[in-house]
Amino acid sequence: MADMSVAHTAGASKLGRFIIYGLLALVCLYYLMPLFVMLSTSLKSLDEIRAGNLLSLPGEFRTDAWVKAWDSACTGVQCEGLKGFFWNSVSFVVPAVVISTMIGAFNGYALTMYRFRGSDLVFGMLMIGCFIPFQVVLLPMAQTLGALGIANSTLGLVFVHVVYGAAFTTLFFRNYYVTIPDELVKAAKIDGAGFLRIFFSIILPLSVPIIVVSVIWQFTQVWNDFLFGVVFSSGDRQPITVALNNLVNTSTGVKEYNVDMAAAIIAALPTLLVYIVAGKYFVRGLTAGAVKG
Amino acid sequence: MGALSIRNVRKSYHGNEILKGIDLEIDKGEFLILVGPSGCGKSTLLSMIAGLDSVTSGEIRIGDRVVNDLSPKDRDIAMVFQSYALYPNMTVRENISFGLQIRKVPAAEQARIVERVANTLQIGHLLDRKPSQLSGGQRQRVAMGRAISREPSLFLFDEPLSNLDAKLRVEMRTEIKLLHQRMGTSIVYVTHDQIEAMTLGDKIAVMKAGEVQQFGTPQEIYDNPANLFVAGFMGSPSMNFIPAKVEAVGSGYGVKLESGQRTHVFPVPGGDGKLKAWEGREVLFGIRPEQITHKSESRLGLPQFQTAEMPIRLTEPTGPDTMVLVPINGKDVVCRVHPAHAGQPGESMELMFDLSKSVFFDPASEQRIA
Ligand SMILES: Nc1ncnc2c1ncn2[C@@H]1O[C@H](COP(=O)(O)OP(=O)(O)OP(=O)(O)O)[C@@H](O)[C@H]1O
Ligand SMILES: [Mg+2]
Repeated sequence: MADMSVAHTAGASKLGRFIIYGLLALVCLYYLMPLFVMLSTSLKSLDEIRAGNLLSLPGEFRTDAWVKAWDSACTGVQCEGLKGFFWNSVSFVVPAVVISTMIGAFNGYALTMYRFRGSDLVFGMLMIGCFIPFQVVLLPMAQTLGALGIANSTLGLVFVHVVYGAAFTTLFFRNYYVTIPDELVKAAKIDGAGFLRIFFSIILPLSVPIIVVSVIWQFTQVWNDFLFGVVFSSGDRQPITVALNNLVNTSTGVKEYNVDMAAAIIAALPTLLVYIVAGKYFVRGLTAGAVKG
Repeated sequence: MGALSIRNVRKSYHGNEILKGIDLEIDKGEFLILVGPSGCGKSTLLSMIAGLDSVTSGEIRIGDRVVNDLSPKDRDIAMVFQSYALYPNMTVRENISFGLQIRKVPAAEQARIVERVANTLQIGHLLDRKPSQLSGGQRQRVAMGRAISREPSLFLFDEPLSNLDAKLRVEMRTEIKLLHQRMGTSIVYVTHDQIEAMTLGDKIAVMKAGEVQQFGTPQEIYDNPANLFVAGFMGSPSMNFIPAKVEAVGSGYGVKLESGQRTHVFPVPGGDGKLKAWEGREVLFGIRPEQITHKSESRLGLPQFQTAEMPIRLTEPTGPDTMVLVPINGKDVVCRVHPAHAGQPGESMELMFDLSKSVFFDPASEQRIA
């Protein structure tokens, strides 16, 4: 009797496993298919694209579409590829991510460990910041940038993304810090450490998982942003997302699908890379509060 | 000169008064215990002393300075927390020297102090480990080490042993007491364990609902509790409270006890003055288990001893003694009897009551009568 029930549950769990893995494989295929089509198309010649099947592998691997997308494709009037815009993006994404993460860490620390009168209200207002759509802030932001004299500059774009991202990063850090026991800060106060010393010597070293979460989130948001980029920058200062759009929409005769695909992959590569490198910390950091220890 | 003096300290959170006028005073080198049930404000009082939170009114002095407006680092104190609060990112060595580093103690001096502390607490072999690699007892030692590295004038301990298992707790209790003897620094120690309170303290403040119920030496508090709460809180097993009528016996007064089919009136030595007013009324007669024992011939005839035969409801052997439960005036009363003399449940046995330390409470106000 006991044996039978064991055998029975073992059989059932095997079937369950089969179904789960089957489903996972299906979902995986569904998400990977577009990437596969993009990659294979980017490596085909135009003739092959026109003649062949969307899903077929390239007959001959050609990298000239990649070279063109990077070096000489036209993005509007000039034809210098994406390379300049790629570095544009890097030049404002990196400071925007670093600064907004630092601000988030600092805000989160002040809001949890040094509760002041009205700190909950401040946090509540920051939370609302997470729900404000990009479009709503465009006009006032343009005015602010104008008033600050940093419209149409890299600095301006950094500023916009820092302001917009601070709400999210603060939320991340604050929720992480509420899981750190108060007594740690009290002990440090008695040891004689001040506000900044406690932050840098004790809190920040404990924050690695949430820093990773914040960096991935912000990097993805800021790198992939199109709207702020198209509104608050112009000409050769534009980010890669805007350049990609221009590249795809610039029609000089034939549509070069392989170049478009290569360009799109180039534009997506950094975020992909960040996920691959830090993805496991991302999941760990997000669940750090839930599973203690 | 007092090491710590707390004068009429009050603390309110959002209009809720948590501390309702605390007055305490200890001398240099004294070990003060704050004891009381959960939520009575012990930790709150301790953080007022530490300066982690400010008082609503009143005055706190450490040594000869009023410290109300000083920040924790300027109060010359060190604290051990219930959770130990070791810095997880630092090694044991760094944990101990963090405070020294902030106070800009020279590196060579720091190394010397860490070594001294490590020797005192026998944690030398742990210095390069992180807190996560330590056992509970070892963490506790490191937390103590962090506190003693600075030689403050006052130590604050908030339930430092409550996270340890029973055996380790007893060991560490002894070590803390030895450490205190060796260093001679004043200590304020919070616990809700009354045995810890009795064994460690020079002075005990028993707290309840934000008020000090009684402040005195362990023996005073044990022998002369100010009210029903203190009497019931201190001692294990706790004091028996028997509702009993006061009656005149001879020239004095006594309490009337019924057990089984028998009625006894026990005269209370020295109780004549205060019990007189209660004649004919019911009081709570308090007597500790160890004051009810088996009949001993050598003490027979002494005025404070009374004997009575009572039926046994239950026995609980603890090893050195056996607790015998007998019904008196409808309540189960615990008696502490030598195992060789304890009877069996269902039988009855002769018990001897030592009334010299018995106490009496007003059942309504719960205050001490005599
Ligand atoms: N920051 C605060 N804000 C509001 N109420 C508080 C605050 N700190 C403590 N209290 C309240 O004060 C009361 C006493 O708390 P306290 O921590 O001093 O109790 P305790 O005697 O240390 O109890 P325990 O033995 O459980 O540690 C509790 O009712 C608690 O809810
Ligand atoms: Mg407490």
